[in-house]
Formats: sequence, C-alpha cells, structure tokens
Amino acid sequence: MLDASTPEHSAQPSTEAPPIVTFEGVTKRYPGIIANDSIDMEFRAGEVHVLLGENGAGKSTLVSMLSGLQQPDDGRILIDGVEKPISSPADALDIGISTVFQHSMLVPSLTLVENATLGRKWWQAPDRAGTAGAMKTAAERIGVTLDPMALTGDLSLGERQQAEITRALMRGARFLILDEATAMLTPNDAARLGELMQRLAAEGMAVVFITHKLNEAVAYGDRISVLRLGKKVGGLTPEELKSLDAQEATNQVVRLMFGTQGAQSGDAERPDMSTVDRDAKPTLELLALYADSGRVPLSNIEFKVWPGEILGIAGIDGNGQKQLAAALAGQAPISDGRVVLDGDYIDRMSIGQRRAKGMRYVTDDRLGEGTVGTFPMSINLLLKEIGEAPFWRSGLEQPEAIRENARRQVRDYDIRTPSIETPIGKLSGGNIQKVLLARELSGSARVVIFEKPTYGLDLANIAATQTRIRETAQSGAAVILISTELDEILALSHRIAVMDQGEIKGIVENTDGARHKIGELMSGVKK
Amino acid sequence: MTLFTDTFLIALIAGIAASGVPLLLAGLGEQLSEKAGVLNVGIEGMMLGGAYLGFYIAWATESTALGFVGGIGGGILVASLMALFCVRMGLNQIVIGIALTLGAEGATALLHHVQFSRLYPRLPDVSTWRIPFLADIPIVGPALFDREPVVYLAIALVPILVYVYRRTHLGLALQAAGDKPAALDSAGQNVLVIRTFAVLSCGALVGLGGAFMSIVGAGVFVPFMTHGNGFIGIVLAMLARGRPLWVLLGAALFGACLSAATALQVAGVDIPTDVVQMLPFVAVMIVLLLAGRNAKLPAALGAAYVRGER
Amino acid sequence: MSTQTMTETGSTDRFRAKLQSMSGVLLMSLGPVVAAFILSGIILLILDVNPFSYYGYVFGRGLLSPTGVQATLTRMGPLLLIAAALIVAFRAGIWNLGGDAQFLIGAVFCAAWTPLMAPHVPVWLGLLAGAAISAVFGGIWALVPAFLRAYQGLNEIITTLMMNFLGISFASVLVKLVFLDPTTTVPQTRTLAVDDRLPTLFGTTISSGLVIGLIAILGVHFMMTRTAFGLRLRVVGGNASAAVHAGLAVPLLTVAVFAISGALAGLSGGVAILGQYGNVRADWNPGYSLAVVPLVFLARFNGFAAIGFVALFSILSIGAESAARRTGIPNYFTLVTIGILLVMLAISEYYGAKRQKAGA
Repeated sequence: MLDASTPEHSAQPSTEAPPIVTFEGVTKRYPGIIANDSIDMEFRAGEVHVLLGENGAGKSTLVSMLSGLQQPDDGRILIDGVEKPISSPADALDIGISTVFQHSMLVPSLTLVENATLGRKWWQAPDRAGTAGAMKTAAERIGVTLDPMALTGDLSLGERQQAEITRALMRGARFLILDEATAMLTPNDAARLGELMQRLAAEGMAVVFITHKLNEAVAYGDRISVLRLGKKVGGLTPEELKSLDAQEATNQVVRLMFGTQGAQSGDAERPDMSTVDRDAKPTLELLALYADSGRVPLSNIEFKVWPGEILGIAGIDGNGQKQLAAALAGQAPISDGRVVLDGDYIDRMSIGQRRAKGMRYVTDDRLGEGTVGTFPMSINLLLKEIGEAPFWRSGLEQPEAIRENARRQVRDYDIRTPSIETPIGKLSGGNIQKVLLARELSGSARVVIFEKPTYGLDLANIAATQTRIRETAQSGAAVILISTELDEILALSHRIAVMDQGEIKGIVENTDGARHKIGELMSGVKK
Repeated sequence: MTLFTDTFLIALIAGIAASGVPLLLAGLGEQLSEKAGVLNVGIEGMMLGGAYLGFYIAWATESTALGFVGGIGGGILVASLMALFCVRMGLNQIVIGIALTLGAEGATALLHHVQFSRLYPRLPDVSTWRIPFLADIPIVGPALFDREPVVYLAIALVPILVYVYRRTHLGLALQAAGDKPAALDSAGQNVLVIRTFAVLSCGALVGLGGAFMSIVGAGVFVPFMTHGNGFIGIVLAMLARGRPLWVLLGAALFGACLSAATALQVAGVDIPTDVVQMLPFVAVMIVLLLAGRNAKLPAALGAAYVRGER
Repeated sequence: MSTQTMTETGSTDRFRAKLQSMSGVLLMSLGPVVAAFILSGIILLILDVNPFSYYGYVFGRGLLSPTGVQATLTRMGPLLLIAAALIVAFRAGIWNLGGDAQFLIGAVFCAAWTPLMAPHVPVWLGLLAGAAISAVFGGIWALVPAFLRAYQGLNEIITTLMMNFLGISFASVLVKLVFLDPTTTVPQTRTLAVDDRLPTLFGTTISSGLVIGLIAILGVHFMMTRTAFGLRLRVVGGNASAAVHAGLAVPLLTVAVFAISGALAGLSGGVAILGQYGNVRADWNPGYSLAVVPLVFLARFNGFAAIGFVALFSILSIGAESAARRTGIPNYFTLVTIGILLVMLAISEYYGAKRQKAGA
C-alpha cells in the first residue's frame, strides 16, 4: 500500500494500447459491506491483467460488474474512453467482453455447438455444421482440441473451460475474463491455460485473470492489481514485472496482499513429527478399497494412518477425494475392500455406527450437506446426535441442554453469531466452519477427515482452522487432510498421498523435496 | 365378438380425438413451460379460463373461430398472472399454481352464474373439415379425418414443437432456461423473457384445449368442466420428458380410456366409467414402478431465477 | 447466583424474541387476509353486491348463528386432520398432493366395514375399529408414491397426483361394485346407524370429530417441533443431503412420512363418515385436501395458525352457502376469495424475504 505503484504511474504510456475498459472510482455496496470501494483500474489490449486477492477481497464483485451482472452504485465505467454502462450480460457481449466463470456456464444437456449458438436470434435455426467448423478453427487458432458435437455433460471441467474460451473467441471477444479459471485444473492444464492467456494477449486481446494464487499471478501476468477488503491496494506494472525476478515480485505482491513483510515460505513450516507414534497400531487402515457408485470410481485405495498423524491427500479437485471421504464416513457404498478402525472392520457399519466408533468427517460442502441453512446454529451443532441424551430424552427435546451445549461451543470455538438461535445460513463462511469443527471434534474423535477445510475462509479463520487440525492430531487422533492447496498440505501433513482419477498414485514422507515428488506424482511422471 | 361393431369402433376412435385433444394441448403446454423451468400447476385454471372465455366469445360473436381465439386469450390471461408472480417475482410455483386453479374455478363459475344462470345457451355444432379421400376410409375416416380444424391444429402442433425444440435457437434457449438459466443469462439472453414466453405459450395452448372442451366437446360451459384434465396434462408432460410425440401417445392412451366407457355404452355393455378411467393411471403407475428411476426433470424446474444467485 | 440471573435474562430475552416473532407471524398472516377481503369486496362491488352485507351474511351464518357455528365446528374436524396430514408431509419436504384419494379410500373402507361390525360390538369399539380401518387404508394408498420416492427417487408430485386420480375412481368403483348397499337402489355403501356414530359434544350437534382433529393437529405440531423424530423429518425436508451426511435413514423416514400423512388423511375420511355422513355415496368427493393445501401454506406449516385458517375456511364455506341464497352470489365466490388470499400470502412472503435480505 505504501510503496505501491499504480498502473497510471507507468513509465511510457505512449507505447501502450489505450484501455478498453476503465474504472473510475467504481463502488459497489451490499447491505452491511462495501464490496468494491472506489476502484480505479484500466484494462488494456495486449495484456494479461491479473486481479489478485483473497476470498472476499472483492474480485467477484468486480468481475460481475465487468460482465454486466451487477451495476456499480458509484463511479464511472469508460469503454474505449467513452462513459458507457455495462447494463446486462448481453451489453457486455456487444462490447466484446466475454467471461469464463469459475463454475461452468455451459448447459450440460446441450452439445458444445449448441452452447456456442446460445443467445442468437430465437427464430433462426442453429447452423450446427457451420458453427462446428468455426469452433474447430477457433480452437485450432489457440491450440486447443475439442469435439464440437460432444455433449457438454460428458466433458471434464478442463475441457469445458477450453470450450468456453473458444466460444468467447468465436463471438469476437476482445476482452476475456477468466474467473478463478485454474481452480479446477491439474498443474499441467493450468500451465497450458497460462500459455494460452499469454498467446491471446499477444494477439491483441485484453485478458483479465482472477486468481488468489500468487505464483500463477507472477508467472502469467503482464500487470497485477491487488485487491484487499474491497479496495485496490496497489499492483505491479508491466515494467516492474519485467525488471523483477519471480521471488522479488512475489515478495512485493505478498506485502500488498497481506500488508506484511516477506513471503510465507511453505517449505520452512514443517509439521512436528514428535506427535506421531508409528510404533503403535495404526488407527485407520484401508485394504484394497473399491467404490464405483460415485462420479469418480475409487480403485484399490490402500493406506494406514497412525495415531497423532496427519495424512495429507493432495490432488486436483474432482479426482475422487470427495468419494473417498464419503466412503470412509459411510455416506457412499463400498463395493470391495475393507476399512479397519482401531482393529474393527467398519465398512459394513452405518454412518451413525461409524461416528460412534470415532469416525468424523468435516465436509467442504458446508451449506450443501454440512448444515441445514434455515435451522438455528444450536440445532446444527447437534445434527449428528439427534435423539441422543442429554439433548433428547425419550425422544423429547431438552431445550436447556441444547442451549447450554451451544453456548459452550460458541465459547470454546469462538463462533461469532448474533444468537445461538440464528439460522446458520446467515453466518459467515468462517463461522459456519467453526460450527462444523465444533460438531465433529467434540466427543471422542479417533479419525477425522478434513475436506478442503480452509476453502473460502479469510486469513484469520484459515489460521484458526489449521491450528485445530494440528491440535486434533496432537490429541492422538488420526487425521486425513484433503486439500487442493499444496502449501497447506505441506505445512500440516506428516505424509502426503497423491490422488489422481480415483487412485492413490503414491505416498511420500514430508521431507525436503516432497513438493517436487508430489508434483511428479500429480503430473503422472512417476508410475 | 359382437362388441367390435362399426358403431363401437367409430364411437371409440372419435372419442379418442374428442377427449384426447384437450389432454394433448394441456400436456404440450405444460411440457413447454416445464422445459423452461416453470412447474405450472395452474394449468387447470388456465384451461377453465380458456373454456369460459372461448365459450363466451363464441356465443357472443356467433363465431367458432373467434371463440377459439378467445379461448387462447383466456388461457393467456390466467398464465400472465403466473408469469407475473412466478417468473417476475419468483414466488412459490406450487402455491401460485394452486391459487390460480382455485381462483379460476371460482371466477369462471361465478361469471357463468352471473351471465348465463337463466339462459343456458348451447352452441351449434362446429363445422368440420373433411379431408378428401382419407375421410372415405371406413371407420377411421369419419372418426379422424372429418373433424373440427382445431383437432388437426392440435396434432400439427406436435411436429411443429419437435421442430422448435430441435431446430431453432428458441428450443435451445428454452432448454437452457430450464437446465442452467445462469448459462443462458451469461450468453446474453434474458432468462425471464424466455420463461415468460414459455408460460404465456403454455397458457395459449392450454386455453385452446379448454375452449375445445366447451365449444366442441360440450357445446356449453359448465362450472369445473375441465375436471382434472389440466392435472392429467401435468402428469403427461412429466412422463414424456420433453418429447412432444410422447405427449401425443399419452394423450391418445388416456383419451382412449376416457372414450372407451362411452363407446362401450354405445355398444350396450355396462361397465362403470370409473373402471375404464382407472386403466391409464394403472398402466402409467406400472410403467413408473418398472422404469421409475428415469423420470428426469429439468435441473432448475420449480426454482425462480435471480441473477447472481447460485 | 450469576448464572441464575443470566438464564433468567436469557429467558426473558427469548420470550421477547418469541413474542416479536409471533407478532411478526401474525402480521404476515393477517395482512394478506385483510388484503384479500378488500380485493374480494371490490369484486363484490363490481357484481353489484354490498360487500358488507355479503360478509355480514357469511359471518352471521358461519360464526354467529347457533346452528351455523355448530356446522362450522363440525366441518373443521376432517379439515384439521387433513391439515395435520399435509403439515407432516410438507415440513418433511414431501409434496403429498394425493390427500383427496387418501381421504376417500379411508372413508370408503370405513363406511363399508364399520356398519357391518357395529351391531356386534360396543359402540366405542366399533368407532375405534372404523377409525383404525380408515387410517390404515389411507396410509396404504400413500405407500406406492412413498416407495417410488424413497427407493427410486421419483418425484412425488407426479405420483401422488396419479394416485389421486386413481384413488378417486377406485373409491367410486368400490362403492358401485363391491360395497354396494343391497337394500337401496342408490349407489352407496351401507349406512352407519346414528347411534353408532361419534358422539356429539355437550348436547350440541357438533361432532366430536372436532376434538379428534384438534388433537391430531396439536399432536403433529408437537411432534414436529419438540421431538427427535420430528426434527429428523424436518432435517430431511430442510436439506436432504445434510440428512444423508448426518446419517439419517432418509428412505425409511420418507416412507414413514408418507404413511403418517396418508393415515391422517384416511382418518379424516373416517371421521367424516363416523361423525357426519354415515355412508359414502358414489362419486362423492368433497375435495378437502385441495382446499386445505393453500390453508396450510398460509399457516406456514404451523399447527396453531392452521387451526385459525381452517376455522376461517369453514366459516367462509358454511356462511357462503347461506349468503348465496340471500344475495344471489353463488358460493363459488369462496374459491375466488381463497385464490386471492393465497396470492396475497405469496406476495407478503416475497416482501418479507426482501425486507429480511435488506436487513441482513
């Protein structure tokens, strides 16, 4: 913030293309918060402009104003130097702004071609063959291969994303927004997307790349703008980016993002090995586990987790991690293999029986399956103990016991809530996560599965959650930590298993060079 | 067997057309609406609106054609309330649907009472279009090819809708509005406009079906005369899963069962109509029991679309 | 000591909050009612009828005259049972739209067999058996959609609607072909003697079905809000994935919900027979369920509020019959009022949600 240089302060403005979109003092308020506070920003042709910021920094709001989904409350938007509102998605498309959202915006029940023709005049007949040809050409131009006649629902997320970028080009986009586009991609695919962005920029397109990952920002960006708490706190110009090496640039950006000095180095932080007792019997043991009912079938999963140990499971999202967690917790059927917890087979047990044995599962789908949004948080704390004493006696609710439990958990887990009767859906993501942690970690937990435990949380809550995970292991439980953030896994886990397409590709000790080995396993170099 | 006399067969086949056409129109309308993501429980009310206004205008203008236009208008009138409340304002589709059905039942019965309680007018028979040659086929000819123009129109709608769904951008837009409205929105098309169009078109089709019942079927308007036809239309649409041809087949099946009772009476066999009326439901329930899992509905069916909410 | 005071302030706070939320609910429920009466009044004016005298007749008959209020209260019995049936289902997220068939099937079997038993057993036993029969058959009729939903994931709106048509026809068939009273030429079941019917209350003509209805709806309200079983059902209704995640036996609970809902609807039919009608005539279908669905929505699935709306509906329907004779406005007008009422409710809900969002 202090030594930040703004894009306007660039050295030779004359050599740069004029901005396609200019934000002047753009402000967007939601009840209770200012999502974007007086943002000044320019987006130029021929540049990959990275918008960097944590969750809740205001990136999504900015994107939704660029793509016409939301309107600013204050400030001006200039298109090619002329003030002009972007009042709807159709408006944005007319200007040449195309957005590839984090969640696919293709209709799964239509083919790629049909998706590409969506939005044309209704009375026209879709020219499938012609569009398919155009799509192929556009795809080839940017080095992507796709089958235009394929049904969207059958494609992987990476393929859908490529199709969306291709579609944007076909529409004559000159301004492409990629919103958290790498979140769902493998490292290889992400790198490929990075190259693609740079190629597009070289062809004269304006590319806006939204991310919260520092390394990607530095690697692919020509210009970086950093958002924090709704404000633009600074950035790096193309000249600065060119003159700095990657480490210096990263340090600069970290200072802007967190207002702290120096980068957090993932490698410096190592878990404490002393809590692990590998001489004891393993708490959890998986024997040749198969499950084929889910979207990603699991095959031949085998590992052990000892008391006090954190086993990290690394991998790109959607490679069977969710299925593994569900199979262990008892939510999804196991087709073959066995699961042993403290010497007992639990694979035939119900969810409730497994929980009684000490199996706990902190889901990442906090509102989707973790809680009932309209119910008071006091009830959500007991969702997995309905009917159990002392909260229910002879099937009857004991309101005082329920309230007492809620008050205690609010204290112990520092849950910020207006009242214990507040519907949990109204709490912030961090506080919902605290409710889940309180629920899963209470009682005698033997195995705790944390699935993407810090996803979508702010810094303070990330730190608090990671401390809880460490403490859980220190208390002697076996911990399985599923995460897509490699830094988090390296900071917390004793061993790391790499998961790919429903299989464990390998398990590595968290020692020097672990990052490299994991990368190799993820990209399929090692068999 | 003497049961299958010519008179019986003609009565049966003619009956299929008579009782199947309103079901067909209701099913096609509901299908259109559901495709775009609006579960339209109010079509019974739209049908009554069409039946009443169609009858009233046919009686007042002494023109059957204008009567049908009025029927379409009556359906659209009720549907526009559905569009306003459920598409524009995003209110609960089931509640509004039931409210519209109850309200239309009451309103049409009331209007009928106020206007016709002492008159009981009856419309003249509707003239038919005789299709040359085909109408000369024994039995099937007079029953199917010497009918009111609306019958041909209703059947012609089936291939037309197939074409619209498969071959036009409108069809793609409707499907997107029902499956992933956000995708349609981000492609620059207004989801609410598409859904409003779907609901109003549904009202038009269903209203026409209602007008068929009052103008062609009965020749009079009777309070509550649609008698669950709209609800059967909902069932047909849900079973047909977006395929107009299946609605046609379903409407024919239900129509056959409904007309069989009358035809049997013509043939002198006395079976309670209820038994015959149960048959299509029994058949469909058995089909559902055997192949249940596959009754797939649009992903966003019943959910109001609000931009920016996932 | 300090904890004592803390709990006390806590409880007064809660009491105040409860009072506030109750007055909020009252406002949200009565606002639409008032608006609906005003709009219906305007329609009456258009029809050249003085709305005040119309509603004067309605409430004069339905609420204020002794015979009228007795009829109103008697009609409430089966309606309350239907409301209880719907509250169980709707709170568990299950759209049971087949209540009319469940009602009729319960009524028909009850009317078929109770008159045969009645002469041979004490009155109370006959009544108990009759009620049990109606509940069991109503429940059975709900089981097909139950299994299809629980184990095949089939949308219950289609299946309950189908079973509704099927059941209405089936009930007619049973009356006409199987349970026909051989002693009359009218197609109807045997008639339960007046002495063998549910007793009336305190020397009035009010059927004790009212008491059964009240017990049922209060019981259901208590079950849904205060018991572990009710909470499990509400979890299934509130978020089915969360129910799976929490280890609830969702399919089993789904079947249980359908069975309870169907049994209550069937019992409603039984109470109508045992208390009022004594027999079922062919093609009889009072359509209570379709009428009560909106009332239950109006009450926001709250048992107490449902009692109020059922009472209002009974007054309107009993009173409208009398008002029809005096003003020439047929009682179809009640349907219009109910339709408007529902729309007003939905609109008030819409603005309520909007206000809440703005405040959050």
